[in-house]
Amino acid sequence: MITARYAREIPQRYRLEAAKCMKCGHTSFPPRLICPKCKGKNFETVALNDEGKLLTYTVVRVASEKFSKETPFAVGIIELNDGVKVTAQIADAEVDELEIGQKVKLVFRKIQEEGKAGIICYGYKAVTV
Amino acid sequence: MRDVVVIGAGMTKFGELWGKSIRDIFTEAAQKAIEDAGVDHIDSMYVGAMSPGLFVGQEHLSAVLADYLGVNPIPATHVESACASGGVAFRQAFLEVASGASDIVLAGGVEKMTDGADVTEVLATAADQEYEVYQGITFPGLYAMIAHAHMHQYGTTREQLAAVAVKNHRNGAKNPNAQFRSEVTLEQVINSTMVADPLRLLDCSPVSDGGAAVILASIEVAKKLNKNPIRVIASSQASDTIALHGRSSITTLGSVVTAAEKAYRMADVKPADVDFAEVHDCFTIAEILVSEDLGFFEKGKGGQAAADGLTSLECNLTPINTSGGLKSKGHPVGATGIAQIIELYEQLSGKAGARQVLDAHIGMAQNMGGSGASCVIHILEGK
Repeated sequence: MITARYAREIPQRYRLEAAKCMKCGHTSFPPRLICPKCKGKNFETVALNDEGKLLTYTVVRVASEKFSKETPFAVGIIELNDGVKVTAQIADAEVDELEIGQKVKLVFRKIQEEGKAGIICYGYKAVTV
Repeated sequence: MRDVVVIGAGMTKFGELWGKSIRDIFTEAAQKAIEDAGVDHIDSMYVGAMSPGLFVGQEHLSAVLADYLGVNPIPATHVESACASGGVAFRQAFLEVASGASDIVLAGGVEKMTDGADVTEVLATAADQEYEVYQGITFPGLYAMIAHAHMHQYGTTREQLAAVAVKNHRNGAKNPNAQFRSEVTLEQVINSTMVADPLRLLDCSPVSDGGAAVILASIEVAKKLNKNPIRVIASSQASDTIALHGRSSITTLGSVVTAAEKAYRMADVKPADVDFAEVHDCFTIAEILVSEDLGFFEKGKGGQAAADGLTSLECNLTPINTSGGLKSKGHPVGATGIAQIIELYEQLSGKAGARQVLDAHIGMAQNMGGSGASCVIHILEGK
């Protein structure tokens, strides 16, 4: 992960900052310059609702080298209460006990490391509630 | 637009081609296609390849390949659309001939995946790097989430997924260019190593090297060469959100639905008119979804149809992936879309040997990139 590239995404990864379209009210996460619903170009910054439900998930048993020491880990698509959907790991859970429809909440966690001497990369993971 | 026909095809065997470089693989396929077509020159060429930069450290691929094919100074263009690169390269070649800008164009595809790159990481670049891959998801993981949702929503079963792999291996065993010329049983699929729940190793297409090429030309050129013309009667392409989570439905591939509607309209045919299809079975669940989204089966019934053998060569209703598909033939990413066209060309020319579909007049090729963010469809018609 290049540091500048990582730093750029901090508002989204640390604070769940999204862009709400001033014209149609659609919330985009990550923020966009053009609203995908109405093509509006003016937005206000809002924080996502951090609670929602699991729409689907998998348990990754074979990962890329970067994540290979963490397998098995669960990753799911979460629909937050404000309708925004995100992909996130599901932490602190027995992977065999997860269920579609389960209530989850996004929390701040370490996601990956850049090699032995690089930066530590943070972001959101989901935990069951 | 004027009519465009396919007049020649060539491919390498797909598999682990340790002794061959990406330029050798492409040149072998392209040379076979040029010889098969019987043309003494090509006006231009398009090459689909997903990621030569990451797989073998070579960008500016089109220049390397035109040089080694010995066709300088013709225009040569590298086309990238992840796993749909080959199909999109074919479409660019089609449009160039259809427009009248060129008379004879080569459309090729190639990938060299076994030179030591972290293949899982390279393939994942076809997904959203910042908002999917950052979290640790893999490509099998994305399709596993689709599979899980499809099973939950429609009751698709583990055995139905496995039926796709069994059928495609049975077809691939009859294809001399296939990576795996061996059949597998339902039990072997269901008991293979788990990769991303619920997808197991034998639900996944393999890592492959390979190249494929076809020659497209105007009808006039085909007539001069006395070729039996295989006509391209539809070419369509569509896009969708890069992230799977950005879609309104996880169990429908919107780009496939849109591209299919356009293709059927352009060719003036219905799903029932399609005699056979090559579809993008990067994972078993992908073939099930696509068979529904192309309109061959009602939404949610694709798994049952596969298990009932409705897509088998033997059934001859609408055989799917008679070549063995990506699953058994192999999936050298950029070459896949062209290899699908080659299967159509061979079937429609009556040259598919033990895999020959009876009364094959209309064939469809559906190629997609990522988790469906790109889809390209072609329909070809024989005599």
